[in-house]
Amino acid sequence: MDTIESTYQGNAPIVLPKGLTWPGDEMQIPDWIYTDPQVAALEQERIFLGRHWNFVGLECEVPNPNDYIRSFVGAIPVVVARDADGAIHVFENRCSHRGAEFCRSYRGNGERFVCPYHNWTFDNRGKLVAIPFRRGVRGKGGMPDGFDMGEHDLRTFHVTTHNGVIFATACSDMESVEDYLGPEVLREFNTIFPGAEMKLLGIHRNTLPGNWKLYQENLKDPYHATLLHTYLTTFGLFVTSNESNVVTDQQGRHCVLMSRRPQGRPEVAKEEQADMQAFRQTMQLKDQRVLDYFREVDSPWTGSAITIWPNLSALRQQNILNTRLIVPRGPNELMMIWAVFGRATDDEAMVRHRLRQNNIFGPAGFLGIEDNEALKFVQDGLTRSLPRHGLAMLGDDREPVDTIITERAIRGMYRYYRQVMGF
Amino acid sequence: MPATRAAFRAVRADVEEFLFEYAALLERGEIARWPDFFTDDAVYQVVARDNAESNLPLGLIYAEGKGMLQDRAYALIHTEMYAPRYIQLRMSNTRVIAVDEPYITAETSYLLLETLIDEPTRVQQTGKSFDVIRRVGDQLLFKERKCVYDTVLINNCLVFPV
Repeated sequence: MDTIESTYQGNAPIVLPKGLTWPGDEMQIPDWIYTDPQVAALEQERIFLGRHWNFVGLECEVPNPNDYIRSFVGAIPVVVARDADGAIHVFENRCSHRGAEFCRSYRGNGERFVCPYHNWTFDNRGKLVAIPFRRGVRGKGGMPDGFDMGEHDLRTFHVTTHNGVIFATACSDMESVEDYLGPEVLREFNTIFPGAEMKLLGIHRNTLPGNWKLYQENLKDPYHATLLHTYLTTFGLFVTSNESNVVTDQQGRHCVLMSRRPQGRPEVAKEEQADMQAFRQTMQLKDQRVLDYFREVDSPWTGSAITIWPNLSALRQQNILNTRLIVPRGPNELMMIWAVFGRATDDEAMVRHRLRQNNIFGPAGFLGIEDNEALKFVQDGLTRSLPRHGLAMLGDDREPVDTIITERAIRGMYRYYRQVMGF
Repeated sequence: MPATRAAFRAVRADVEEFLFEYAALLERGEIARWPDFFTDDAVYQVVARDNAESNLPLGLIYAEGKGMLQDRAYALIHTEMYAPRYIQLRMSNTRVIAVDEPYITAETSYLLLETLIDEPTRVQQTGKSFDVIRRVGDQLLFKERKCVYDTVLINNCLVFPV
């Protein structure tokens, strides 16, 4: 069976698109990485089809034999399917005959995928199993004698899972996903995915008129949390004096923002209040249940926002558990697929608690609205204005991990990005 | 159900009048008064159609009780950052499904249009609302409002409720 192999060679020459140069100062980020179509095309090859594990979905999205979902590796539409034996396969959502994107439902159950154009039929491992009129009609027409069905399967990705999370790669000699995450990120990852059975609560989907890397940055940027998201400070969910850690993997591509919300309302120092425009000391939610926290993992942190390079964010905030799949759609737009889940052991009250709390996130969530709007503002600025490098200067690369007014993780990510892209 | 066609139409007229006032309030941006259209124990949900059809309970918005609606209204007025916009909330094809006084069950199609600065007007959301409306004196209030949207892939974000 054909497997998609990465076309990226580690020793490929630097091919910075013509006229573009990376600034000499590491604190500066050039705006063409967010807007240039040639850069976006190169990213598909070097990042999403490169030496990385791409998140494609959760096992609880395909819990039963023959379940499937539509998903994406980078910009490439794929199908994530569980076969009758329970194994998970990821293959291109593109018929090997004329190229039709054949799977047109978000989710379903079936052993066969039939391309509607000429009824070429594939099984849920991606194998071509039937071609109508292969021998023609009355001895006329049909496929040539030497046609080999086995050479025309759907192209598949290599697949691995870790505690219910499904990853795919085009690279045939990838390290394990555990090694890919590294020990510190893996430890936090396992507080969201401890291996306990998960129960899907639903999916949010949105487009966002911004480059996909802006979303990776947003979740590696603790600086914006209390400034953009005044819901957090107004209702005492998070303030900058909360104990926090910003931890990255050795290569700087993955990041974990951990925070601990104290019992009751946190104290906010006067100097902090002055820096937070909309701080309101006295506000209480009318419905306090939304902020309830039922401790369900063995972790000192009440919140953990993880970004896994290149396309996954996983979140545990109070009792909110979700993943975000970042799908690039050209340089100027991304699509976000949020999978919100609970545990299989949740009773009805816990499910409802999670549903109430999930008003904080998602494309109509109190934080979700603001992130999506802010990133749109950034892309508008980058695409409409005269070129000018952006800044990521806060903090220090050798600072203690409990510094949160910092852009250390963003700088780290772009060091890695430049290495992979050859910029 | 009401005994006569005329009585039935009167109920539908009441429901339409109520829905149109609700839409007008949102279009005017008077979000602070939005929760006043609900009973204290109201359940308000905005749910993607594919989730609804797959029996997945997640809400884009999920509120149990007026308090949660008041908290959302407060956040939209005081804490949320979003680009200013005009909204138009079209409601049509209202059908009264059942009347069991004081409750009226109705279904209505809706279309939410958004207009942002320097951008053409866009469809933000379209779908159907499934409402249980309670008659309290001469007033109607939502006891349940579930908006199931076809616009599953949301254009950036939904700021104002439907």
